[in-house]
Amino acid sequence: MATVSSELAAKVKRCEEFNAEACYHCGVCTAVCPLGYGIMPRKLFRQVMLGLKDKVEEQVPAIYSCLLCRMCESNCPAEVRISENVRALRTLVNNKEL
Amino acid sequence: MALPIGPILGILGDNLKQRGSVLPLTRAAATRWSKGLDLPRGGETILYTGHMYQLIPAIDAMASQMALLENSRITKLLGMGRLVNKVINLSFFMSLMASKELKQRNDEALRNIVRLLQAAGVDFGYLYGDEMYSGALVYDEGMDDVFGAHARRVAARFKKHGVKKVITVDPHTTNMLREIYPKFVKDFDVEVQSYLEVVAENSPEVLQPQDQTVAFHDSCVYARYESILAPPRELLAKAGVSVAEPELSGTNTHCCGGPIEALFPSEAHRISKERVAQLEKAGKQIVTMCPICWVNLRKAATEGTTVQDISQLFSAAFVKSSQSCT
Ligand code: SF4
Ligand code: SF4
Repeated sequence: MATVSSELAAKVKRCEEFNAEACYHCGVCTAVCPLGYGIMPRKLFRQVMLGLKDKVEEQVPAIYSCLLCRMCESNCPAEVRISENVRALRTLVNNKEL
Repeated sequence: MALPIGPILGILGDNLKQRGSVLPLTRAAATRWSKGLDLPRGGETILYTGHMYQLIPAIDAMASQMALLENSRITKLLGMGRLVNKVINLSFFMSLMASKELKQRNDEALRNIVRLLQAAGVDFGYLYGDEMYSGALVYDEGMDDVFGAHARRVAARFKKHGVKKVITVDPHTTNMLREIYPKFVKDFDVEVQSYLEVVAENSPEVLQPQDQTVAFHDSCVYARYESILAPPRELLAKAGVSVAEPELSGTNTHCCGGPIEALFPSEAHRISKERVAQLEKAGKQIVTMCPICWVNLRKAATEGTTVQDISQLFSAAFVKSSQSCT
């Protein structure tokens, strides 16, 4: 069973730049991402927003695999700051706050 | 087995804090390229290399070592490596393995940029040994505290030298100084322009038209962070070069894979191979504008394909042939 952490969702919301809540799940970002991982970036953000701590922890390599290339971002219809959101997650991992 | 992220980032962050750069670069190695160019020291307008071209040979050597470790049990020793690196400069030994040929090529790219700016009639100085790395890599990895402290040191250096305008040579440094420093450094008001923008604005005379077609690779950062799309194309057209755009170009350019080389070498290589295949469909003479794209696409290129830095091409077109080095 997945562990839900309300703290995780609260922490990302405190990151000024994090705006994944604007996402409306069209999936364009995943389709254009050169990594070709199903999790990146839409599902990852969804897990974070839902506070699925264990699942997000499993995704640490994916979080650091992101090229910050903004291919997703420049095609996102909801203006989600995807690369900045990924960077915010890296900061949380680095500070052992995830 | 993937490489351990924490210890590697720890080593890079410790290096920046203790040694002023993610990988140790001696003053001699950082400034060697400027020998004989007689650039004035300092000044209100400076050329700021941000050490990117100079660091690439060491980063490339490190990435090759990491690729060997990627599937090895030794990776677990990297945690210990971080402890040792604080006392003994471990990454310095890695940088000793950097390719001499790569160092020469990258130094030459910087010399070409200087000659190009001079041909365009631009006056500028250089900080020599006082120049520092921008901190781009630690920012990208989300190490904001380490980055912020470093950015403030770099900004203080600019202030000490009375720098008002900076001409950058690569997309990552351009973005750091233009967009990110103002968020981390109070009252950072240095004007920042890429040399491509500066040269395009000053429109030098074409001396040796280059009658060729190149497959053009836009850097993600120039294209999607900084919207620098027109200046290189205008200069290429002026130089007599036809541009063959790959399927993904301009704001839809495809990454070279380089940003994840240090942590995920095999993935980086897979992505650079994909990009090279797209570019090779457009042409076998590939042109790049970023030292990271340059080294990664060159490594992935198939036989018969050349990958050159745009400064090489511009130097051949706009600089008197007795001075230009290609
Ligand atoms: S492209 Fe934007 S809106 Fe669509 S799923 Fe991705 S983040 Fe959400
Ligand atoms: S920024 Fe990251 S998630 Fe977005 S397309 Fe590039 S690699 Fe994929």
